[in-house]
Amino acid sequence: MIFTSLSLLPQLVLMLAALVLLTSFALLSQARLVSAIHVFAWQGALVAAVTVVVAMTSHSHHLYFSGALTLLLKALLIPWMLHRLTRRLELDRHVESLGRPALTMMAAVALVVFSYWLVLPMIQQEQIFTRNIIAISLAVLLIGLLTMVFRQQAVIQVLGFMSMENGLFLAAVSATSGMPMVVELGVAFDVLVAMVLFGVFFFQIRESIDSLDVDRLNRLTETLEDGK
Amino acid sequence: MDHFLNAGPWGLALLQALLYAALGPLLVGWIRKVKARLQNRRGAPIIQPYRDLWKLFAKEARVAHTASPVFRSAPYIVFVATWLAAATIPLVATNLPTAAIADLIALVGLLALARFFLALAGMDVGTAFGGMGASREMLVSALAEPAMLVAVFTLAMTAHSTNLASVVDYHLNSGLVLRPSFLFALGGLLLVALAETGRIPVDNPATHLELTMIHEAMLLEYSGRHLGMMEWAAQIKLVLYGTLIVNIFFPWGIAQSLTPVALGVALAAIVIKLLILGAALAVGETVLAKMRLFRAPAFLNLSLLLSLLGLLSHIILEVGA
Repeated sequence: MIFTSLSLLPQLVLMLAALVLLTSFALLSQARLVSAIHVFAWQGALVAAVTVVVAMTSHSHHLYFSGALTLLLKALLIPWMLHRLTRRLELDRHVESLGRPALTMMAAVALVVFSYWLVLPMIQQEQIFTRNIIAISLAVLLIGLLTMVFRQQAVIQVLGFMSMENGLFLAAVSATSGMPMVVELGVAFDVLVAMVLFGVFFFQIRESIDSLDVDRLNRLTETLEDGK
Repeated sequence: MDHFLNAGPWGLALLQALLYAALGPLLVGWIRKVKARLQNRRGAPIIQPYRDLWKLFAKEARVAHTASPVFRSAPYIVFVATWLAAATIPLVATNLPTAAIADLIALVGLLALARFFLALAGMDVGTAFGGMGASREMLVSALAEPAMLVAVFTLAMTAHSTNLASVVDYHLNSGLVLRPSFLFALGGLLLVALAETGRIPVDNPATHLELTMIHEAMLLEYSGRHLGMMEWAAQIKLVLYGTLIVNIFFPWGIAQSLTPVALGVALAAIVIKLLILGAALAVGETVLAKMRLFRAPAFLNLSLLLSLLGLLSHIILEVGA
């Protein structure tokens, strides 16, 4: 593919997809909880923008609806719910220090290379930029997983989970110009319900271990007795 | 101007190099003025840096007893290396004879040479501040240089050349293309430029009394014309990075032919672009606070990450066949 042979709209799709990848990196490394929620909101807005631009290039009108739905749900509603949760859990000034930021970043870069290597054997679809965006979506998905593995804070793990969903959605939009509306609605409400359930879980976890640092779940209570 | 036009392209190349030396203090004066206005001060006139240089060159240069010849020769080496590096970057025209040496890797090498002698001079006299400044400068540059090289490779891969003039020409001829890799490379280069020119999140150019200074700490022992050379070199370095950024990423207006009209337009365009960049820098420096020295590696890691993402998005999104 010659990049300059594309018209401006597909170029814009690629640009926005690259920015989604950047927000994934930001989510992985952001130490402040509130800023991480903002980054997640931006990622949702960018995915919505990709959806709208793909709708404009492929003239598929139902994609406008899923774009609006994404914007509403992932850029506004879920970040707002998380914001409210962190305030109620008194975590809005929470700062988590990363263990080895440079190493984590390099792992994420390696994941990007790995996902490109994975999609290389795929055959080009009708839309010329499809395969390369699948590489980006796969990278977003894997970095979301990496966020869940590397970070100890439960709220950020939920953000990682949600950004995995963003990666899947990006792949669906760019590769097949969107899923059927019923599936999309179903997934959207699943995510919303998951969010509500996570909220309940946060309170449960905090009640039992007095913190949202999930590393503490690994410790046995007997260790306290040993110290005596 | 006519005289130089008659002298042919070499005369123009010389004029461009002189323009770098002349624009340096002006850009610094402009940034200081905008910063002063943003802080509700009137500020010194824009030509104040010229007066400072004039004053420094008129004064006697004192050298410490313990100084070796390295200390005396360093200002000239630093100045010449920086100026030579600047002269290779197309400022107003792309097809000058100096374009042949306008290589991105040579540029990074010349800047590294200047930095090496600056650090040597900082350590030469044996004061505590000089050594501290030199060690910090090396910490920052060791992290900034890979980021800059990766960003530069992204540009070079797009244009299939490491020659700056052909990179600019390629970008001009391909028209408006939204390249994700250029966006990331721009971000990476901006952060590197902030770190390398000692601007606010990494170093504070306005301080002489804090334990946190980097660049100023190395110059503490200098006086007179030596100090003048060093300060002038730092100002040229600022114009160098500014021109590198605006002419590569926003090359519109630069002259591709050596006619007086095209050159006049190019001169006006580069001055306007640098004024806008300087104003943006002043706003950034007013809004941001200087970060702790130990946060600087995280800042430069970010720039390396941006450059790497630029390289990856170039390979994945732009070439991937």
